[in-house]
Amino acid sequence: MTTTLNLRRQITDYGARIMATLATLFGLFWLVWILWTTVSNGLPALKWSLFTQMTPPPGADGGLLNAFVGSIIMSGLAVLIATPIGIAAGTYLAEYARNTRLGETIRFVNDILLSVPSIIIGLFVYELMVRQMGHFSAIAGAVALSFIVLPVVVRTTDEMLQLVPSSMRESALALGVPQWKVIRQVLYRASMAGIVTGVLLAFARISGETAPLLFTALNNQYWTTNLGEPMANVPVVIFQYAMSPYEFWHALAWAGAFVVTMLVLLLGLVSRALLLRKKVNV
Amino acid sequence: MFKSYFALAMDGPNKASSHDRHDKRADMLFSLVVKGCALLVLIALLGAAFSMLWGGREAFATFGWKFLWSSDWDAVQRKFGALVPIYGTLVTALIAMIIAVPVSFGIALFLTEIAPAWLRTPIAAAIELLAGIPSIIYGMWGLFVFVPFMAEHVDPWLDENLGALPVTGPLFQGAPIGLGMLTAGIVLGIMVIPFVASIMREVFLTVPSEIKESCYAIGSTTWEVVWDVVLPYTRSAVIGGIFLGLGRALGETMAVTFVLGNAHLLSASLLEPGNSIAATIANEFTEADSPIYLSSLIALGFLLFVVTFVVLAVARLMLMRLAKRAGENKQ
Amino acid sequence: MSVSLFSRFKKQAAVLGFTTLLAAGSVHAADISGAGSSFVYPILSKWSASYNAKTGERVNYQSIGSGGGIAQIKAATVTFGASDMPLRPEELEKAGLAQFPVVIGGVVPVVNLPGVKAGEIRFTGPVIANIYLGKITKWNDPAITSLNPKVRLPDQKITVVHRSDGSGTTFNWANYLSKVSPEWKTKVGEGTSVQWPSGIGGKGNEGVAAYVNQIKGSLGYVELAYALQNKMTFTKVKNKSGHFVDPSLETFQAGAASADWTEQPDFYEVITDAPGKTSWPITASVFVLMYKQPKDAARSAEALKFFKWALEEGQSDAQSLDYVALPTRLVEQIEAYWAKEIR
Repeated sequence: MTTTLNLRRQITDYGARIMATLATLFGLFWLVWILWTTVSNGLPALKWSLFTQMTPPPGADGGLLNAFVGSIIMSGLAVLIATPIGIAAGTYLAEYARNTRLGETIRFVNDILLSVPSIIIGLFVYELMVRQMGHFSAIAGAVALSFIVLPVVVRTTDEMLQLVPSSMRESALALGVPQWKVIRQVLYRASMAGIVTGVLLAFARISGETAPLLFTALNNQYWTTNLGEPMANVPVVIFQYAMSPYEFWHALAWAGAFVVTMLVLLLGLVSRALLLRKKVNV
Repeated sequence: MFKSYFALAMDGPNKASSHDRHDKRADMLFSLVVKGCALLVLIALLGAAFSMLWGGREAFATFGWKFLWSSDWDAVQRKFGALVPIYGTLVTALIAMIIAVPVSFGIALFLTEIAPAWLRTPIAAAIELLAGIPSIIYGMWGLFVFVPFMAEHVDPWLDENLGALPVTGPLFQGAPIGLGMLTAGIVLGIMVIPFVASIMREVFLTVPSEIKESCYAIGSTTWEVVWDVVLPYTRSAVIGGIFLGLGRALGETMAVTFVLGNAHLLSASLLEPGNSIAATIANEFTEADSPIYLSSLIALGFLLFVVTFVVLAVARLMLMRLAKRAGENKQ
Repeated sequence: MSVSLFSRFKKQAAVLGFTTLLAAGSVHAADISGAGSSFVYPILSKWSASYNAKTGERVNYQSIGSGGGIAQIKAATVTFGASDMPLRPEELEKAGLAQFPVVIGGVVPVVNLPGVKAGEIRFTGPVIANIYLGKITKWNDPAITSLNPKVRLPDQKITVVHRSDGSGTTFNWANYLSKVSPEWKTKVGEGTSVQWPSGIGGKGNEGVAAYVNQIKGSLGYVELAYALQNKMTFTKVKNKSGHFVDPSLETFQAGAASADWTEQPDFYEVITDAPGKTSWPITASVFVLMYKQPKDAARSAEALKFFKWALEEGQSDAQSLDYVALPTRLVEQIEAYWAKEIR
């Protein structure tokens, strides 16, 4: 009796282990396939001039320098705007309003904000900024992107803070440490890995967003770092070039896609390495 | 239950003793700042929702409730209805979740309990990379690589083997063109996996190892530990992760647009092309040539809001019931 | 020690702030910006680059779709808009806009039939309309075989491919079908997107081209450059004068030249189904929209200078990218129109 039960438990366990392994392989399979597509199309088009020259008209040689710089400026600015606000809002949800009606409402609202199609965010910021200013601008693009970063940061901060065992709060508070110091020095440290992961996920997400930029930052054929002007950015350039009939623009689009993907990969690895080192230090 | 700890600490003996005013003021200020930021989130959404309701008012006023169940989408006659995009959105998101939830759970299980320690970090990083791939690349890969694959290998097989059966039949009939709701659902599923998996993994890791170790000590198998201990312990966060994924699946635009077929047709077969709300907006927004057309597209966006709202509300209700039942079981 | 998250962000903030400062430092002279039709995006960016090399002026044109171009010029967020579909003179009047064509292109039917070469299949407008209406469903339908006695057509379903996104290409295609088929006109009509009676939708020319290349027995429509660059199997179409013609720069030119531009105010003229022995029936032109009395007159004048240069000296650029430059007579009419209408 017990042996059959044990046997069944063992078989279930083996089955689960095999299924879990297969699931992981399944996930990795797509990753490899998609990466392979990007690499095999992007690598042949990868030249040094990609990083030193501007986006070309059809028929001429060129690179994506202005687009890379524009994307970095706007994404960086978006993260800069959204992260402090998002962490603060997440903190409020997890530490001040965990079971209150307002907290529940904001959490709920945030979940919806997460799944709003990015094109709608683009429209909203278009009405909010572009129409008011009378022209397209990089700053409007950055604000649109920050609306995409914000809910991700709120969500992860909230989740991660909630997972910090309450014993940590209690012991710190019992020592007479004021709450804001507890949050900053104890809770943020305990949940930093998760929050940074959230920020990175958000950054990864905006690195390829076309729709919110099309109606805010537009795009620019030329080099500019002026935040008040339309600014070049990689996703829109990839999109426009990929939809064009010309082979050399396709090649540039794939090269751009390749670089963005590799950048995201690198970013993930670096942040991971940093997190690991931190953990050892602490 | 948690908030009471703070309340206790505030009202406790510390309150009267050594706290100076500075700390209290800082506490106050900090709580105001975080509250302000949280309210900003609320305002952002209300602003976006209102601007869409405002933009869509003409469509709602013109078509009334019919907008919801009319399958018309005729820019020339200027008659619009949202049925086809709503249907396509729900079906593709459903397919995506059917694929993504079990796979993500398997991945999280593998990464927290099964894989050897040296393998965990690289594989977790690889899965998360899947989330970093821009959706336009999913779209390009989908269009140029995955659609032909589906057309040649998967669709004909489904049509032959499942298309003739009585129950699944209507779901899998159709010309093997490779694009359609099934393809879109699969691509969405792949896109959602890393989100759900990485959250599941994160929360599985938060289960105190004492609890898990004591279970192992009394002879539990890995599966039993995960199913009976880890999962109940992390349930709310796991469901939260699933809904984060669902949210992404509902609103995903670029990748879907490339593989869905973008036809305003209502069909039971998953192999037939369909349309989704986000894809319709992305496809047609830049070329909408009449105010009512534009307004209908924005109204669609508002409906996506509502669909998401309903999905999340149902999920919350279920969660509350689950939590209640769990509470009863404990007693 | 406390490595708080905030202090980390402060560091990042400092770095990024510095970048932003750098950004603000390098302000350029006011650029001319335009947006709209994706069809003219390649040629306008080419013209812009050539013009930039010559004069140093920077004209930034971005493809956001014709509808987007119209909306943006009406919102005055750009100096000029570009659209594949002309606006009616009344509508221009209301918005205070001027309109003129800048370049000619054309829409081309493409098929995927193994063994059939480009230019072998012959279509008439009504036959195409009936296929798109879903009335002709097989390649060996008598209506098609009678036009193509020399080609062996298979007993295969025709998969109709159309644009899923609203587009000027669709506008010209549907406009042509409305002109040649009364049934199309009443049932479907013309517009940047229509309620398709049948078929599947690809996003952009590129999406349609990809679907046609992948699906055997399919029929779609793309702009000439896509058909040529992707080496697709285009077809002959019978024009208004009863001749079967191949799509090419010459037949497009003939189509544009035979259209009468003087009859309509503001160049309001859709040049599909043009008369003339060698005219391609689905020829299309792209229009630029500008304010008659712009707020920023200096910028507007710069934009006009750019278009003057492009119309007079941009022909070789146009040809290298499979576009047709406007006939000289039309360019003169446009310049007269500028002098009269735009300040």
